[in-house]
Amino acid sequence: MEGLISIGIRSIFIDNMIFAYFLGMCSYLAVSKNVKTAFGLGMAVVFVLGLTIPLNWLLLHYVLNPGALSWTGIPALASVDLSFLSFIVFIAVIAAFVQLTEMAVEKFTPALYGALGIFLPLIAVNCSILGGALFMQGRPYNLAEASVFGFGSGIGWLLAIVALAAIREKLKYSNVPKPLRGLGITFIIVGLMSLGFLSFMGFAV
Amino acid sequence: MAEVAEKKSTATAVVKEKSEPLFSKKNRRLLSDPLDTNNPVTVQVLGICSALAVTVTMQTSLVMALGLTFVTAFSNLFISMLRNTIPSRIRIIVQLAIVALWVILVDQFLRAYMYDVAKGLSVYVGLIITNCIVMGRLEAYAMANKPWPSFLDGLGNGLGYGVILLLVGFFRELFGSGSIFGYKVFAATGLPFQGNGLMLLPAGACIIVGLIIWVQRARNGYSEE
Repeated sequence: MEGLISIGIRSIFIDNMIFAYFLGMCSYLAVSKNVKTAFGLGMAVVFVLGLTIPLNWLLLHYVLNPGALSWTGIPALASVDLSFLSFIVFIAVIAAFVQLTEMAVEKFTPALYGALGIFLPLIAVNCSILGGALFMQGRPYNLAEASVFGFGSGIGWLLAIVALAAIREKLKYSNVPKPLRGLGITFIIVGLMSLGFLSFMGFAV
Repeated sequence: MAEVAEKKSTATAVVKEKSEPLFSKKNRRLLSDPLDTNNPVTVQVLGICSALAVTVTMQTSLVMALGLTFVTAFSNLFISMLRNTIPSRIRIIVQLAIVALWVILVDQFLRAYMYDVAKGLSVYVGLIITNCIVMGRLEAYAMANKPWPSFLDGLGNGLGYGVILLLVGFFRELFGSGSIFGYKVFAATGLPFQGNGLMLLPAGACIIVGLIIWVQRARNGYSEE
């Protein structure tokens, strides 16, 4: 249990998807102009990241890894190594999952669809989702740890985008040099926020 | 995202002439525009993640830029050849499958011949799949244009990305570890050197990109809103 809490805190604050790895920067910069939409996209990321990482973990450990197919009982499959296929399998799972979720949410909960719907297609090509799956592949997590890591990373991303959106809302009223306006100043702010997040390194987890 | 797509559509003139020299003026512009005035990183705001993450040294920047150029050019070529047969509802997954194919090739090549660099790039090679430059150019250009111009467009955008990557990598490596392509400049010339730790951190990359954007926009006279 302690292990899970420390993975959760680590993935939210210390290994933050945005400030430590720059994953999902494209949509992070494009959709952070106001807090409300930023929150919507952030929730969609938490949802998709939290569910696709356990899904990809299962595929990795029961299909792709060397010898993972031994549960089938067929001796010829016991030594097969499919891990070179991991990119294409992960991205297919993510794209399919996003498409299915979009359809399901649209059909069953129209209210939620109104809030999340337009962001879901954007998520399939958000680097943080595939990045999370690839980090999970490189670390010796079990299923519970992988799920916590997925949710934690999503929450870290949500935190980062809401914080930036709030700063950018205030920034509208300040007098920034013309060529620096928009993208330039946003980058510098993200750099400073990333410096701030470095202080979480001091946590003993 | 929508705003990015809008910006790009202005750059995509549909090429229709039947017999056109391979490197006509229009085709040359496809290669040269993304290097500066329509740069994928600083103007179209695409492919930021890896531009920030892999630029600690110039060597990783160069390898990443070459990998991405290769993937963008060939995915653009293939999607453009298939563009009339892809149903629009499932086009994203078709595009992702083709891009993933090229990325797997790049990844396996790096692991086989340049293992150290591949380790240094860690997950970012795999993340070329979801690099917005690749997807953005497929959606905005390759889906509506012939194979050869699409190939050039992919090549040009890959190179434009490479220019920014090398620039960021140059400053970060020079001030962070005092070397260029691993060659210790300061030690060789005998100048005093104190490594700037900020440049090695993610924060340093953000600030450098911000400054590059500032300089470029001041020079081109481009500003938002």
